[in-house]
Amino acid sequence: MSQTIAVIDYGMGNLRSVQKALQYAAPNDQVIITAEPGRINTADRVVFPGQGAARDCMAAIERHQLSTVIRKAAQEKPFLGVCMGLQVLLTHSTENQGTSLLNLQPGQVRRFRPTTPEIKIPHMGWNQVDIIREHPLWANIATGSRFYFVHSYYIQPDDPDIISATTEHSLTFTSAIATGTLFACQFHPEKSADAGLQLLRNFVSWHPTRDQAQIQ
Amino acid sequence: MLAKRIIPCLDVDQGRVVKGVKFVDIRDAGNPVAIAKRYNAEGADEITFLDITASSEQRETLVHVIEQVAAEVFIPLTVGGGIRSLEDVRRMLNAGADKVAINTAAIFKPTLVQQAAERFGSQCIVVAIDAKQVDNHWEIFTHGGRKATGTHAIEWAERMAAYGAGEILLTSMDRDGTKVGFDNQLTRRITDAVSIPVIASGGAGSLQHLADGIQKGGADAVLAASIFHFGEYRIAQAKQYLAAQGIPVRL
Repeated sequence: MSQTIAVIDYGMGNLRSVQKALQYAAPNDQVIITAEPGRINTADRVVFPGQGAARDCMAAIERHQLSTVIRKAAQEKPFLGVCMGLQVLLTHSTENQGTSLLNLQPGQVRRFRPTTPEIKIPHMGWNQVDIIREHPLWANIATGSRFYFVHSYYIQPDDPDIISATTEHSLTFTSAIATGTLFACQFHPEKSADAGLQLLRNFVSWHPTRDQAQIQ
Repeated sequence: MLAKRIIPCLDVDQGRVVKGVKFVDIRDAGNPVAIAKRYNAEGADEITFLDITASSEQRETLVHVIEQVAAEVFIPLTVGGGIRSLEDVRRMLNAGADKVAINTAAIFKPTLVQQAAERFGSQCIVVAIDAKQVDNHWEIFTHGGRKATGTHAIEWAERMAAYGAGEILLTSMDRDGTKVGFDNQLTRRITDAVSIPVIASGGAGSLQHLADGIQKGGADAVLAASIFHFGEYRIAQAKQYLAAQGIPVRL
């Protein structure tokens, strides 16, 4: 049966590639780009992308009055955060002289510090994602598969149990988190060729059990 | 560990790939969508489209090309050539480009890079630098390497990084089209000077040249056109060659 997947549009970055990749992964589903709380509330699944600076993202979320809707969606239905859509779920970022975030998951967002000249910032390109906790979204994806990253900040969640995958770039950082109906990744599945499309296919067919949802 | 990237580059004129791309199994060899799909299937890490259309009225065709490619090819796409304003950047990003390369306009209006990085984020702003050796330093040239600007390439790269460029696409005008290898000395000077990623371009004629660009030049990615277009080497083959030398690649 056809379902509706809402891609949250709050004016931060280009959502076309996210929409196109989802549509490719789920040809029979309806993929909509929307900022309307009503449409996000009634969607079966929600994708929360994001690009740009933390302060601008938070300002845009507030301007569109989306923080309650995002919080609700992340706790009630399959929810996929991507890149800044992962970072803003945490408590605080050091970006823009310090920015308060949505605080759905306690933790910090910090900037990479180059340890050797070989370490470039932004962390841009294909890096390995080491799966440290199995999850339905990793189905048919081998640990160590490469995904496309582009970011200068990384997350440090307080709760180590939500860490689903890690990646190395001057240090080992959390590249994906999972808890209840929420899954969020630092890399861009919509730009990660076959591995990314597989993750999106896994997302659109993921049915978190009611039990899992209640753990939250 | 972060992989070194291999980026095929397509020159597009009025919506068609030029400089001849010869794939035996692609019937319409000038079709950018067909070629992009083919490179994606072969394992290209990104694809760069360079618009060489002379008239700005016909540039709109590239927007449609990018829209079509972005609907079917799910790897990063970079568009360069003729980007002169924030509106040009916005149009390409909306069409589905992930990064936009600013070249000549950055020289005449360096604040464009600053404004574009602030508006759209550094991650999507690439500054293309065409450099040529003059005595014992390198200078920035415009108009396909014909016009000198008097600006030193290394200082320029540092300035562009400070202005918020997310990446540098460095082309040696001395080597471009020669197939004798990248100017690794130039690449090394730039990679040592900035902490943002640098793509080496201009001169690749063999797989060893790609390895040299990474190992001797310190490049984070290598861009090549002709060695892939004519089927001389396949991208997968290039990656295996690099992997055999201990260079991390996405296989």
